Amino acid sequence: MKSAGTIVAVALLIAAGIAIAPLAATEIPPAERRSGYSFMAPDTKAIQDDDTANPGMLWVLDGEALWNSKAGATGNACADCHNDARASMKGVAARYPAYDKALARPVNLEQRINLCRTRQQQATPFAFESRDLLALTAFVAEQSRGAAIAPEATAELAPFVAKGRDFFMRRQGQLNLGCTNCHDDNWDKHLAGSAVTQALPTGYPIYRLEWQSLGSLQRRLRNCITGMRAQNYDYGAPELVELELYLMTRARGMPIETPAVRP
Amino acid sequence: MLALPCAAGGQELRPYTITGDAIVESLTGAPGDAVRGRALVLERTSTCILCHSGPFPEEKFQGDLAPSLSGSGSRWSKGQLRLRLVSASRLNPATIMPSYYRVDGLDRVAPAWRGKPILSAEQIEDIVAYLATLLE
Ligand code: HEC
Ligand code: HEC
Ligand code: HEC
Repeated sequence: MKSAGTIVAVALLIAAGIAIAPLAATEIPPAERRSGYSFMAPDTKAIQDDDTANPGMLWVLDGEALWNSKAGATGNACADCHNDARASMKGVAARYPAYDKALARPVNLEQRINLCRTRQQQATPFAFESRDLLALTAFVAEQSRGAAIAPEATAELAPFVAKGRDFFMRRQGQLNLGCTNCHDDNWDKHLAGSAVTQALPTGYPIYRLEWQSLGSLQRRLRNCITGMRAQNYDYGAPELVELELYLMTRARGMPIETPAVRP
Repeated sequence: MLALPCAAGGQELRPYTITGDAIVESLTGAPGDAVRGRALVLERTSTCILCHSGPFPEEKFQGDLAPSLSGSGSRWSKGQLRLRLVSASRLNPATIMPSYYRVDGLDRVAPAWRGKPILSAEQIEDIVAYLATLLE
């Protein structure tokens, strides 16, 4: 039986909006969490470690140029409102996806940038995975490099985190696998030649050697969903944002590496 | 026990009989071809070596999520191998090994794969014939 003290404590946690769903036995204990970086070969790590060798930095530079260029009917640049990104965008990527009041749901960083395009600049939104959107996202996220991942633990977001978690745990597709079967239960093993890893989204957008390009977390998630032979979701779909949000809660406290390099 | 699987859409699965931990009879009524079976195990779309390794010196990338296929034929009868391929989850409900000849009980299957087993009855028989040759 629960003591009154426990019940009060739980009620306080709920009031504070902290999700108290019991952890599944399979979820990775915080002390055992490892970034995808730690699974990489030394030569791949070396590419990420050196900004002059990391191709992702080319997108960051493009993003900086876009940050300073005027766009849309209002003719405002991002910089006109947000000034120096090094100050204004520091730590922002570490708490995305974040709740948008007007939409009453979480939006990821790409969507957040596009909301400023449409709401603030009166410009057309960038297409998902377009060079411009990846560049601006990489530039904004790079300002959080080294910052601890800190998705907001609010009551508004809790149901969306829970939905993302359900998706992660559920077996699906023709292969009848759940994300958890690989990324919680077999993260130290290899699928053919590839390290399975813990699916911690520490470095997005990433430069993936296999893509020979920068790509978003949703692109990575869609790759895994395709591999499971499950029905996929379009870029920007609520289900993918919920999954991103859950993955960020798994990575809480880990440092942002954007733009990370992955095999 | 008699299992009569029925396809959700299109392709009919052939009926088979499970006896203990095995399907004793060939799904096609004929023995498979071990040479074709080896090629199928190595084929990317069969997915086996994503998880398994085995006596495949030419294949650089093999998985380690599952035991090596080497020696399968000495550990298991053809009937046991057949049931393992048809529906591994009947042997171990928690297994990550897909059920290769089943279309029911699956969630959110992508349209391209819906209503189809991962492998055909002929392909299962070819793989069973090959695995049975792996005696060490
Ligand atoms: C006209 C002023 C204006 C312009 C131009 C503008 N923004 Fe914003 N931006 C805002 C305001 C105001 C907010 C916060 C309120 C809101 O919209 O929800 C915001 C919020 C943001 C946030 C979320 C910050 C957080 O703490 O969660 C990001 C990221 C962002 N903007 C990026 C950009 C980028 C990138 C551009 C250029 C493509 C841009 N903004 C252009 C005014 C602007
Ligand atoms: C069959 C095993 C398997 C399943 C199931 C699976 N993944 Fe993956 N996942 C992988 C492998 C292997 C990689 C690494 C690929 C590489 O580096 O080439 C990966 C990579 C990732 C990454 C990138 C991590 C990083 O360091 O950037 C994320 C995030 C991810 N998966 C999320 C998911 C999600 C969400 C699901 C469920 C929708 C899922 N995966 C299902 C095997 C799997
Ligand atoms: C997603 C991973 C995965 C895939 C793909 C997979 N298996 Fe398995 N397989 C396993 C696991 C794990 C086991 C261990 C027993 C268990 O968990 O059911 C296993 C067990 C086996 C065994 C018994 C091994 C022994 O001797 O104990 C055989 C034979 C086998 N698999 C053959 C295959 C073949 C053939 C394929 C391709 C048609 C295949 N598997 C695809 C994961 C997989």
